[in-house]
Amino acid sequence: MRSSRQIHAWLLLLPALCLLVAFTHYPVIKTIARSFFGFGTRWEGKASLDNYRFLLEDDVLMQVLFNSFLYAAITVPVSIILAIAMALWVNSKMVGRGILRTAYFTPTVLPMISVANIWLFFYSPEIGLLNKLLGLVGHGGINWLGDPSVALYSLMAMTIWKEAGFFMIFYLAALQTIDSNLYHAAAIENASKWTVFKRITFPLLMPTTLFVLVNALLNAFKLVDHLFILTKGGPNNASNLLLYYIFENAFSFFDTAYAAALTVLLLSILVVLALVQFGVIEKRVHYR
Amino acid sequence: MSSFLRVAGLRRIYDSVAAVDDISFEVNKGEFVALLGPSGCGKSTTLKMIAGLEQPDAGSIEIDGSDVLAKTPGKRNLSMVFQSYALFPHLSVKENILFGLKARKVAKKEQKTRLASAVAMVDLEPHLNKKPGQLSGGQSQRVALARSIVSNAPLCLMDEPLSNLDTKLRADMRSEIRSLQKKLGLTVVYVTHDQIEAMSMADRIILLNEGRVEQAAVPESFYNEPGSTFVASFIGHPPMNLVSHNDFQLGVRPEDVAVTDGNGNGVDVIVRECDYQGSETIVTTDYQGSVIRACLPGKRSLQEGSRVQLQWLPEAEHFFDKQSGQRVDRNSVPPFQFTSSNNNTYSGGI
Repeated sequence: MRSSRQIHAWLLLLPALCLLVAFTHYPVIKTIARSFFGFGTRWEGKASLDNYRFLLEDDVLMQVLFNSFLYAAITVPVSIILAIAMALWVNSKMVGRGILRTAYFTPTVLPMISVANIWLFFYSPEIGLLNKLLGLVGHGGINWLGDPSVALYSLMAMTIWKEAGFFMIFYLAALQTIDSNLYHAAAIENASKWTVFKRITFPLLMPTTLFVLVNALLNAFKLVDHLFILTKGGPNNASNLLLYYIFENAFSFFDTAYAAALTVLLLSILVVLALVQFGVIEKRVHYR
Repeated sequence: MSSFLRVAGLRRIYDSVAAVDDISFEVNKGEFVALLGPSGCGKSTTLKMIAGLEQPDAGSIEIDGSDVLAKTPGKRNLSMVFQSYALFPHLSVKENILFGLKARKVAKKEQKTRLASAVAMVDLEPHLNKKPGQLSGGQSQRVALARSIVSNAPLCLMDEPLSNLDTKLRADMRSEIRSLQKKLGLTVVYVTHDQIEAMSMADRIILLNEGRVEQAAVPESFYNEPGSTFVASFIGHPPMNLVSHNDFQLGVRPEDVAVTDGNGNGVDVIVRECDYQGSETIVTTDYQGSVIRACLPGKRSLQEGSRVQLQWLPEAEHFFDKQSGQRVDRNSVPPFQFTSSNNNTYSGGI
């Protein structure tokens, strides 16, 4: 009886397990193995730390890592703050809020590739919308994607534009679960709008913020589609991000072994981030 | 005594339906007034308008002699206890109680003394550091009360504060709230649909019906002298029996009805149901198509379908105008004649 239940359970788990093993666990193990045993596209007989040693000497990697962290450090908080602001605004009673909600959500619906193509028109040096607007006020224009000191920030602006609407939906849903009597009680106590936000709304949104934070950070490291369209990591790696650098190593330079080592590095960064988030922040989050 | 709260001609219209339709009343300083009525009678809307959480379409509200309509809720110098308690789930009991004082930037030392006295009054000392999620219904209720007490506001609005508690706790809290109110000299407007709460706690009851004041009086006159058929059928467990006759309706409380066997002088009825409720039995009878209930002490079982006679004293009779439903003086009504099977007539009284 007990063993037949066991078999039953395993059979039910099998389909999902097959997919997970084939597309997640096996690739992860193979990647780790390759980072130790590989050289270029070949396998070598004995394990070595050469690929990892090279990580430390790679100046481009340092640049890419710095870019990636800067990218996350700016896009994540800015999109979260914007998302909360938009959600608070769209949640208030006003005419046309349905249209406003849709408008804010539209960037999320679009695929990253098409978004990047739209922004390519904005950012083009000669015919681009932004430079045309700057031309109206007599400015000579900025090479948004070609100037190494600007390119990464141009990418960030686009990412924030795309992500904030998505996170707004979560905040909007969370706002609507807050009991309106809490706001009535606060109004009776003559609490200012800022006090209400600081002491009621924001703390009650913390579970959502944690969720959004995890997603936003993962996305900051995961999203690279727009790099293919906009900058290809250039100029001179000024806008290169870790995942795109892995892609370059694996499929442009055909150094799959080094790409594997880079992947292990990316995985470790993500694991550490996730642990920090759940460990530190969850203690300070109130769950109902 | 001067009136502390004065509400005049208050009106609130939702989607062309008047939820509150020309309500006026006054509450004296230190008085406990219950706004009683069935759901949808406009009692909660009235309370929210007094609090400033809703704006009236017409009418005026004065608190302590000054017009408050233009003031925000926080400037009206009142406190409010909500039906759902409206405790902040992420804040501890202590922080919940102190929320208003912090929002109003009351000095730290003052906060401390007010907190201590409020907490002592409602016995919350052991729970100060708990979150609302860890409290029982009664404890949550006390936190809501404490929050109201620390504000030191002279006027306290309560919106069905006991409706989420079980029967026994409700009875305890009734007397507790009442004694707190007396001790602090609070002026209380208390919204409820429960006539027992209104009867037992209030100095005065204002009964609302369809957005209007149906009767405003001390509790005992609701029972002894209901002003209309609505009041008569709302107050009492079970409510007053109403039998129509010519241009009038006769009302008799079930507690005033006696049941005898079918041979004496009384109203002939057929027993429909006996509902035993512990201390009493409610007998439902049929008098020529209309229902008359009798409330008898102890356990009584009468055969369903059997014929019995009902009797009551003339003093127990109330009369109402059939058209308007308003109470009319007993002396202006011709005596009621009930036909009985043995051709005797019965005109009330034993």
